[in-house]
Amino acid sequence: MSFIPGQPVTAVVQRIEIHKLREREHLILGFSIGGGIDQDPMQNPYSEDKTDKGIYVTKVTPGGPAEAAGLKMGDKIMQVNGWDMTMVTHDQARKRLTKKNEDVVRLLMTRKSLEEAVKCSMGGYANR
Amino acid sequence: MDTESTHSGYSYHSSRSGRSNRHGERHKASSSKDSSRSERSVVLNPPDTPSHNSHNSPNSHSSPVQNGGEPLPGEAVPEEPDPGDDAQDDNWGETTTAVTGTSELSLSQEEVVGLGKSPEDRARTCRRYLPLALGLLVGLLVLATPLAFLLLPVVLWPDQLQVCGAACEGLFLSLSFKLLILLVAVWALFLRPSRAGLPRVCAYRGFLATLTLLLTMSYWLFYGDEDYHGIAQFAVSLVDSLLFVHYLAVVLLELRQLQSCFSVCVMRSTDGETRYYNLGRLRDFPLHNPALLSASKLRTDKQLAGLKVYNDNSAHNELYYEEAEHDRRVRKRRARLVVAVEEAFTHVRRMKKEDERATPADILEVREAALAIFPSMARALQKYLRTTRRQHCHSMDSIQKHLAFCLVNNMSPKAFLEAYLAPGPTLQYGPERWMADQWTLVSDASVTGGLKEGTEFLLRCLDFSLAVTVKDIPYLRLAEEFVDPKSHKFTLLLQSETSV
Repeated sequence: MSFIPGQPVTAVVQRIEIHKLREREHLILGFSIGGGIDQDPMQNPYSEDKTDKGIYVTKVTPGGPAEAAGLKMGDKIMQVNGWDMTMVTHDQARKRLTKKNEDVVRLLMTRKSLEEAVKCSMGGYANR
Repeated sequence: MDTESTHSGYSYHSSRSGRSNRHGERHKASSSKDSSRSERSVVLNPPDTPSHNSHNSPNSHSSPVQNGGEPLPGEAVPEEPDPGDDAQDDNWGETTTAVTGTSELSLSQEEVVGLGKSPEDRARTCRRYLPLALGLLVGLLVLATPLAFLLLPVVLWPDQLQVCGAACEGLFLSLSFKLLILLVAVWALFLRPSRAGLPRVCAYRGFLATLTLLLTMSYWLFYGDEDYHGIAQFAVSLVDSLLFVHYLAVVLLELRQLQSCFSVCVMRSTDGETRYYNLGRLRDFPLHNPALLSASKLRTDKQLAGLKVYNDNSAHNELYYEEAEHDRRVRKRRARLVVAVEEAFTHVRRMKKEDERATPADILEVREAALAIFPSMARALQKYLRTTRRQHCHSMDSIQKHLAFCLVNNMSPKAFLEAYLAPGPTLQYGPERWMADQWTLVSDASVTGGLKEGTEFLLRCLDFSLAVTVKDIPYLRLAEEFVDPKSHKFTLLLQSETSV
């Protein structure tokens, strides 16, 4: 999840599709985000690298659509519906997630355990 | 009402010295007007009291006579206060208006002053005023020499003299004014009574005195019979040189000491009270800072005697409870004292216009007013001072004087109490309380050296000693950096959380 400035970011990502839930006149996804390039990355409890200004999932509403789709607390969101989320402000991230004309949000997210799982399995292949 | 024909001046101190024949007597108030008294009686310890027997040393510190040349104040009977004083003498606070006659033990003031002139006191007085006398001598010499230069030709060989014209007048004028300036300057710099008697001669002063004498002697050597104009110029040049020597004196004695470069830590041995002072560059070991000697508040080590020692198991517990108990008692007494004083102050107020028509018996002078309200607070004050073990610092007379002072200056009860609640510096208690005027410098380093970093020495007096540690004030390296006011810019560090 850490990045080297100037190099392309590589990560093992998981695709998650969340269907928005209509609650009165709002469409909600059921999670909270934190982070952004205008925010203080040192206060992010989920990031491995404290200079990472990406968007992270800080809370997942129990029983909400995000939880049903498999989103977990601490996940870093890399893309939302094709839009990049690694270099956006907090407000831009919010806007991309809450577009009124979209019912479904397809996001690419990553987490540490994914990387490790892949490494383990790759390591198994490398030994062969 | 004749209350001041004769009276005895006691301190709270002396009445506790254990004379049984005094216990039954009512102790008195001091008189109201000091100046109108012609005779003051002073009570001395009879030789058979235990406190007198314990001070059998030849020096006069333990005797009731403190300073030879000065008349004894009414309460100067210094003794070692004994620890168990709480039970004795409850009469102190109870009565203030009865006046006792003199007893057979008291002497009049003249006799006491006559007693004071013992040989060692005379020697000490001599030593104390010796520098002043020497300064006066040098000053007279300085004054006399130029005048002698001018007058000698007129007196000794008037026939050889040529008349000197207007040029001489100018020289005489400048000479007289310069002499006047020199005299004032010498008086200002040298003829000051010294605050402390130091064991060594100040090197700078010695050097300056020697220089002045050398200068004057060499001028006398070259004093020849030239024409009068030349003599006048000679005299003026002498005065100029003396003025320059005085300038040198100002620089050496005053200006160089101003820059502080030592930080001195003084710790008293009996109770650990510590003070810090910044001192200037001192070539001589004796400290020119009289504030150093009067810094510590005078509390005797009977404070330490109050702590009892138990066996190791319960030592901590006992100490803790004893200190807690003591604190509680102090607070309780203090609260009662504050209430008593406030109430006492409500009983008296300044006379207003309409009171003038009141009966004359109700109109009181300051001292009488103080005496009138004193009894209501005396007991509470006495108990509080006993609990904080400071009763020997304040005699009844001094308390009444302080009360009169507060009444005259319209002070609040709290202002009156400040002197007793907060222990102040030693000087406030008056010279008869501050028993240590003889100090000894004890050091294992050379006593002739100057102060350096890490110097440690002891200033010892009779009751306690002050441990002095000298530290260098560090050399500060100061750099400059200019900050453009426009460069003060800020960013916000947020961590928002938005729910989507």
